[in-house]
Amino acid sequence: MPKMNMVQAINMALRQEMEKDDSVILLGEDIGVNGGVFRVTDGLLDKFGSQRVLDTPLAESAIAGFSIGMAILGLRPVCEMQFSGFSYFAFHQMEAHASRMSARSQGLYSVPMVLRAPYGGGVRALEHHSESREIYWAHTPGLKMVIPSTPRTARALLVSAIRDPDPVIFYEPKAVYRAFREEVPEEEETFPIGKSRIAQEGTDITLITYGASLRTVLEAATELNEQDGVSCEVIDLLSLSPLDDQLFIESVKKTGRAVVVHEAHSTYGAGAEVIARIVEKALLYLEAPVRRATGFDIVIPLYQREQDYLPGVLRIKRAVRETLAF
Amino acid sequence: MPTEEIDLPYHIKYLSVLDQEGQVDKSLEPQLSGELLVKLYRAMMLGRRFDERMLILQRQGKIGTFAPLKGQEAQVGAAAALKPEDWIVPSFRENAVEIWRGKPMERVLLYYSGYNEGGMMPVGLNMLPVSVPVGSQMSHAVGIGYGLKYRGQESVVATFFGDGATSQGDFHEAMNFASVYQTPVIFICQNNHWAISLPRSRQTHSKTLAQKAIAYDMPGLQVDGNDILAVYSAVKDAADRARNSEGPTFIEMLTYRLAMHTTADDPKKYRTEEEVKQWEMRDPIIRFEKYLRAKNIVDDQLVQSIVEEVKTEINAAERRWQEVVENGIDPLTMFENAYAELPENLRDQREMLKKELEEKRGLVEKAAVSRD
Repeated sequence: MPKMNMVQAINMALRQEMEKDDSVILLGEDIGVNGGVFRVTDGLLDKFGSQRVLDTPLAESAIAGFSIGMAILGLRPVCEMQFSGFSYFAFHQMEAHASRMSARSQGLYSVPMVLRAPYGGGVRALEHHSESREIYWAHTPGLKMVIPSTPRTARALLVSAIRDPDPVIFYEPKAVYRAFREEVPEEEETFPIGKSRIAQEGTDITLITYGASLRTVLEAATELNEQDGVSCEVIDLLSLSPLDDQLFIESVKKTGRAVVVHEAHSTYGAGAEVIARIVEKALLYLEAPVRRATGFDIVIPLYQREQDYLPGVLRIKRAVRETLAF
Repeated sequence: MPTEEIDLPYHIKYLSVLDQEGQVDKSLEPQLSGELLVKLYRAMMLGRRFDERMLILQRQGKIGTFAPLKGQEAQVGAAAALKPEDWIVPSFRENAVEIWRGKPMERVLLYYSGYNEGGMMPVGLNMLPVSVPVGSQMSHAVGIGYGLKYRGQESVVATFFGDGATSQGDFHEAMNFASVYQTPVIFICQNNHWAISLPRSRQTHSKTLAQKAIAYDMPGLQVDGNDILAVYSAVKDAADRARNSEGPTFIEMLTYRLAMHTTADDPKKYRTEEEVKQWEMRDPIIRFEKYLRAKNIVDDQLVQSIVEEVKTEINAAERRWQEVVENGIDPLTMFENAYAELPENLRDQREMLKKELEEKRGLVEKAAVSRD
């Protein structure tokens, strides 16, 4: 299996789906000639032409609305928001129409589109280029929301997202884009939307996370094992909506303890929903209150302080130790 | 059913005062004092040199990503045509305008080196901070304009944006509001021909950007945006009209981004060197200098002393910036100004970060000791 980084894996998913299905259309700002500001769509304009790879005018709302129209007609648009911080221009279209069209038309029309956007901190960028506001989408009924954590999960999830009959928001952890390589099979691979996976098995505590935080959590888990002899089970959520609660509930029933980790703000973040599910479905299995290690409830600061903002190994270890010591 | 032309008295003017060779059209030449002309020249030089210096600092890893303005220095003409109490609502490629208005260069450096403290400006500049999401800030200018009108103040507002911004719905909404409420706003579009990789010709099918104003019954004007005299005249005229309760104006400045979109961008991927060279010949500073020399306002000696002054000023700003950085900025300040008063949960989070930072420092010291 070839080893590739997340940028290459996403590029491969797009290329293969476009080869397979001529209804797949890519659109966004600077995705064609420039190959995307992160080069995710590099080479696709040359391969598929300007009818299928559209360098659009600078208008996120129209990119989303235009995609909705194409999707209603039966095309499979995959639109890119250059940074998630600029996707709010498109939020209105996705909330008011993409998410509701199926229900509004009582199933007559569906919106099988994907909205891709790089998100998250850790790349020393400007304001609006580092935030983690996935919950806006995950909180919106009618939208699906997925976040891969590795090259392989990115490729498999994107293929599933493109083929999904509903609108899918696909957030790409840009800090992971070129951070490491992983084997990704050339042959077709999908990953069901609405399912999570066990990234590492363990027995003492369940760490639940997603996106770029997965690597930090795995690092913290290794240190906790070396320093405290603690065995962490790590769950990679992958889908925030629909949320697969079966896997982490099973895990929490086994370990009796849990910590949720994400870059996003703590208040009303994914952790709040995960903990609510645990309380609803596994309360009597808990040995300790469930903790969160997250970003703070402020706008992520500019790059000098972003590492102090982000939940790093120290914050995760502290949360785990407090949970275990309870 | 008769069909007939609706007689609309619209046309788009193109204004150029100073040509590429520095030749001036006497009938259009604004009557500016020698002192102001030198000040304008100096501000353009400062804008260029500061931009060049920032690019070096960025390449050395001392500051982060920023949007160079090289080639667009005639923007200071727009700032100069305003009164100090007029408002400025910038986007993110207006360092020269912001410095003209009084933003300290060390604050610019602090901001681009990743400190939120760089967003702080002296009180009373009447200028908003940098706005990054393209096209999102113009409606703020319209709101400020409405407020000024409501309070019976004579000030006006100028807002800056690029060619890409004119594709955003927010741009059209701002134009419409300005027109409906006849607010004293000057929309200054710096058409630098490239929105990252998308050329102006593919941003909109319209022949000009200035004609977008027609739909809102607003005067629209195209000016040579590398001609500081034309920029000054157009903005001055629009400001006079706005001050005179004659409503908003849209000005398209035809200019060119000689450098990259931001330091994270590689323009070789999408445009030719030849095109850039063409525009280098239309450099706004060179032609203005020719004009000033022809008028005997500057000579070799004055140019040399301005170059030295500008260099000294930039060095001094860098030193002040370095001092601030070396003195250290407490990471806990990230919680400041999130709200007027910090809510309870944020006080807890700040406390948590404080402990975490102590732990981090402890680990660093321990590592240092074990190395010894």
